[in-house]
Amino acid sequence: MNKPITVFIILLFSLISTVSHGGDDGNLKLKENDKNGKYEVTDCFEKVNRGIFGFNQVLDKIIFKPLAKGYRMFPQPIRSGTSNALSNLSNVVTIPNNILQGQFKDAGVNSARFLVNSTLGIVGIFDVASYYGLNKRDKEDYGQTLGVWGAGEGCYFVLPVLGPTTVRDSIGSLVNIFGGDAWYNVTVVNDTKHFSERDYYASRLMSGIDFRAKNIESFDNLEKNSVDLYASVRSLYIQDRKRKIGNIDKTTETLSDDDWEELDSQ
Amino acid sequence: MKLIKFFLFFFIVLNLSNQSFSKDPSALINEIVDEAALILSSEDPVESKIIKLNAIAERSVDINGIGMYTLGKYRKSIDEEQKSKYQKLFRSYFLKSFSSRLVDYTNPRINVVSQKKINDKYTIVNSVLEATSKRPQVKIDWRIYTKNPDRPLIRDLIVEGLSLARTQKEEFNSIIQNNDGNINALFKTLEEFLIK
Repeated sequence: MNKPITVFIILLFSLISTVSHGGDDGNLKLKENDKNGKYEVTDCFEKVNRGIFGFNQVLDKIIFKPLAKGYRMFPQPIRSGTSNALSNLSNVVTIPNNILQGQFKDAGVNSARFLVNSTLGIVGIFDVASYYGLNKRDKEDYGQTLGVWGAGEGCYFVLPVLGPTTVRDSIGSLVNIFGGDAWYNVTVVNDTKHFSERDYYASRLMSGIDFRAKNIESFDNLEKNSVDLYASVRSLYIQDRKRKIGNIDKTTETLSDDDWEELDSQ
Repeated sequence: MKLIKFFLFFFIVLNLSNQSFSKDPSALINEIVDEAALILSSEDPVESKIIKLNAIAERSVDINGIGMYTLGKYRKSIDEEQKSKYQKLFRSYFLKSFSSRLVDYTNPRINVVSQKKINDKYTIVNSVLEATSKRPQVKIDWRIYTKNPDRPLIRDLIVEGLSLARTQKEEFNSIIQNNDGNINALFKTLEEFLIK
């Protein structure tokens, strides 16, 4: 399995380095208002991206959506338990990123949550930590950390199966593979007696299905009411990442009033 | 004594009715959410529900304002005739997608949590769509245009931090941009959506 992964990484790196130089194939610049001024997110190779997006839509229809619907048929406690366990596992990426972003209090809370839920909560199935007042914090990843450190998004592009991303977020994902994800290390990198790489890929697949199952109606609604679904998904992805990187919870802090103010003055 | 009571009662009623002219943004959201919940949970046929939901939208949403916002930079380059055509198309598009988004919900429970005045023109109302067995709790914020305090109007819905107006704007801008800045391409797309 290591060889195909290496090939995939090299391919991904080639893609990123090509993409980061940008292209003229239907580039679209999305202007956004940042706290510190204006910045732009460029949709590199939009035509290719739209093609891959279409391919992903087909995959979703024939594989992921039916799996998500099947998963929905399980009783609520089973789904909650699965979701809790996967969320607990994600702490192994969130905690180092809390530290890298200087969120030491969150790192402490997440570490305590991980310890309590992994033991008393039986591998995270039960969220016992919340009962003790250790409330759930937002997930963090290496892409967000790069953003907090000031790295720009680079090009926006769509990956087969994995979906929308930017150069920065893809580099962030690669950090997981190069030692940044303890779960990846104990399953794929060091094939131990207790875990195998199958566990890792199963957990990734389950995370995807769990997310899809929680959003069946929202996706259906978006699909039904969009006049350009690709553009909608791109906008939502960029907005979501911006909000997560800013670690902003309040709407009043995330949205610039510039557009609306300009409208009122006309 | 009776006369004093009468005047006191009269004064209170008068005071209350004066207050009701200036509508609180949270009260607006509570009112429309309750009204929509009643419609959606009723046994009415879908067509009837859609008509009633659209009536709420016409009354409480600044459809023209959102329409112009979603045009982005292109609103400066269109002439009056195109503007008029766009506003008509956008109104129909908005109402169709608005009712279509809502009609699938049977009994959505939305609770207003707080509100924050940004400036004289805008107040953000924070609310929560309660979780069901199918989906988790969803945070919904409402951007209320309060330039006319007697008639506050909804201008945006921000679901889990994602602005629907901004998403719509980028969607429309993408269509126009990919057709060499030709706004007629957007008109055509909207017309196709309406006959779907």
